[in-house]
Amino acid sequence: MTTEETATPATLHGCLLGDSRGQAVLFVPKSSYMSTMKKLVDDGYEMCADLTAVDFLTHTSRTLPDGVSPERFEIVVNLLSISKRERLRVRVQVSESDPSIDSLFDLYPGTEAMEREVYDMFGISFAGHPDLTRILMPEDWQGHPLRKDYAQGRIPVQFKGAAS
Amino acid sequence: MTPRESDTIISAAAGTNEGNQELRSRSELTAKEVMREVGAVLRMSEADAALLAEVEADPGEDQTMIINMGPQHPSTHGVLRLMLELQGETVLRCKPIIGYLHTGMEKTGESLTFMQGGTNVTRMDYLSPLNSELVFSMATEKLLGIDGDIPERAVWIRMLMSELNRMSSHLLFMATNGMDIGAVSMMLYGWREREVVLRFFQKVTGLRMNHNYIRPGGVAADLPAGWRDDVMSILDMLPDRLGEYDVLMTNQPIWRERLQGVGVITQAEAIALGATGPILRSTGLAWDLRRDMPYMHYDKLEFDVIVGSYGDAFDRYAIRLNEIRESMRIVRQILDRVPSGDYRIQDKKVTPPPRARIDESMEALIHHFKIFTEGFKVPEGEVYVAIESPRGEVGCYIASDGSPTPYRMHVRAPSFVNVQALPHMMRGGLVADAVAVISSVDPVLGEVDR
Repeated sequence: MTTEETATPATLHGCLLGDSRGQAVLFVPKSSYMSTMKKLVDDGYEMCADLTAVDFLTHTSRTLPDGVSPERFEIVVNLLSISKRERLRVRVQVSESDPSIDSLFDLYPGTEAMEREVYDMFGISFAGHPDLTRILMPEDWQGHPLRKDYAQGRIPVQFKGAAS
Repeated sequence: MTPRESDTIISAAAGTNEGNQELRSRSELTAKEVMREVGAVLRMSEADAALLAEVEADPGEDQTMIINMGPQHPSTHGVLRLMLELQGETVLRCKPIIGYLHTGMEKTGESLTFMQGGTNVTRMDYLSPLNSELVFSMATEKLLGIDGDIPERAVWIRMLMSELNRMSSHLLFMATNGMDIGAVSMMLYGWREREVVLRFFQKVTGLRMNHNYIRPGGVAADLPAGWRDDVMSILDMLPDRLGEYDVLMTNQPIWRERLQGVGVITQAEAIALGATGPILRSTGLAWDLRRDMPYMHYDKLEFDVIVGSYGDAFDRYAIRLNEIRESMRIVRQILDRVPSGDYRIQDKKVTPPPRARIDESMEALIHHFKIFTEGFKVPEGEVYVAIESPRGEVGCYIASDGSPTPYRMHVRAPSFVNVQALPHMMRGGLVADAVAVISSVDPVLGEVDR
């Protein structure tokens, strides 16, 4: 699975290549996100299996390789290479002050719904996304439910148009 | 977001307002949006799409009609809403609108322990609950580092249940697909056969659906006495019934007329959109995680990956029908191989003590109490595990902070991604075929919305 990992600190396209329970993880800086993803497409990662995010608000001491400074949000992209039968996970740190990142829509059109879901649930915006609107929550919902400071049951159920 | 004029008009008429989720008139759209909604992400350049938007902007609006299909519609398989732009009977644009069944299951998953998590994920894809449980359990085990220590019997039981679940899910597809196309008697036959499988599940797990049977460390209970005979009776019953399906549907001219050439998607489109499962295989790409990235003991079994060649609704129907046959072939091989032994790992950290021990040992009682109230701690880390569910790649991403509850639990639901393929399949088709196309994607809205 992780054949590229020979030298200690292993890198791929200038980004740190780590290992999590035997799975290859690439730590990509936000600034080179798009250029790295383009290279990964050329490397044969044809499919973006999954795109999600994690809010590390209450878990700041997580293990990251040297050279990666933790931020509040992390975008997690799971790529799949059908030709090589390999998976690669890309983790990008996204700061709380600027919760935005480039959209992968042009490279992987299938991320359209996934990015909308992340926008809906975490409030991270994707530059270049064709239709960045809420997908699961109602359009007039306030807050982003999967953020860690959005407590379960804190907000009464919101019904649209009802006098409350 | 500022409310648009069209929104207020629609909301006044229908009493609802989904804001930006509406299918807006063409004049308001950017070229990119039009491209996506006509299902042309790969088919035309942005410049072409811009031309399309410009041409249609003035005279086109009067000739097209936007209609809502769903969320309450018998053929939307739950609460899926499709906004369709029609010109006559031709579908020009399609936009799936989801979220009606969103219950925040990923948020709920953050407050349930790894022990309890199975009850949550099993309710996502309610037609193949055991596969959801399996992927969650496998992700948890990988985090715990015990994924190689699961007893052989437990692994084979998991495979048996997973394959039977694939059969029951595809049998239900046969029923709903038949019903959507108009073969109403097929609906009854499909449900009837599925019920036989569910009855076996009930015998094993205690429940017909939402089993919480596959748990981190193994399975919840051993197979009951006489399980081999029950499975054999299912395997003996099904071939004849599947043969009847062939007579009723596969070889029937009306059935073929309704499905062949309908909802075509190309291989490049399917890959770009992340579509997996029968949708991807219908385009001719033999991609099945069971064979191509084997998990459990699938590499020790002999089975074929069924592929289509046209990428149409008929291929997807035929693939699922034949996957039932392949699953039966797998189950037959599993029957011969289930070894004796433990059905769950004998790791005190993960496994509660047996019921009988609680009566005689104080420590066992405390241990039992602790494991069910506090759960077990899972080391810090993050994993993504994916398996082949009846609908495609179901993946589970878990980030753990070392506590007994997942810090973040995300399920990559195949239906959620596959639903995006609908605009591509519908483009240029007839509105009457829309029902056949939705049906052929076989979305489960429980997992779309989670």
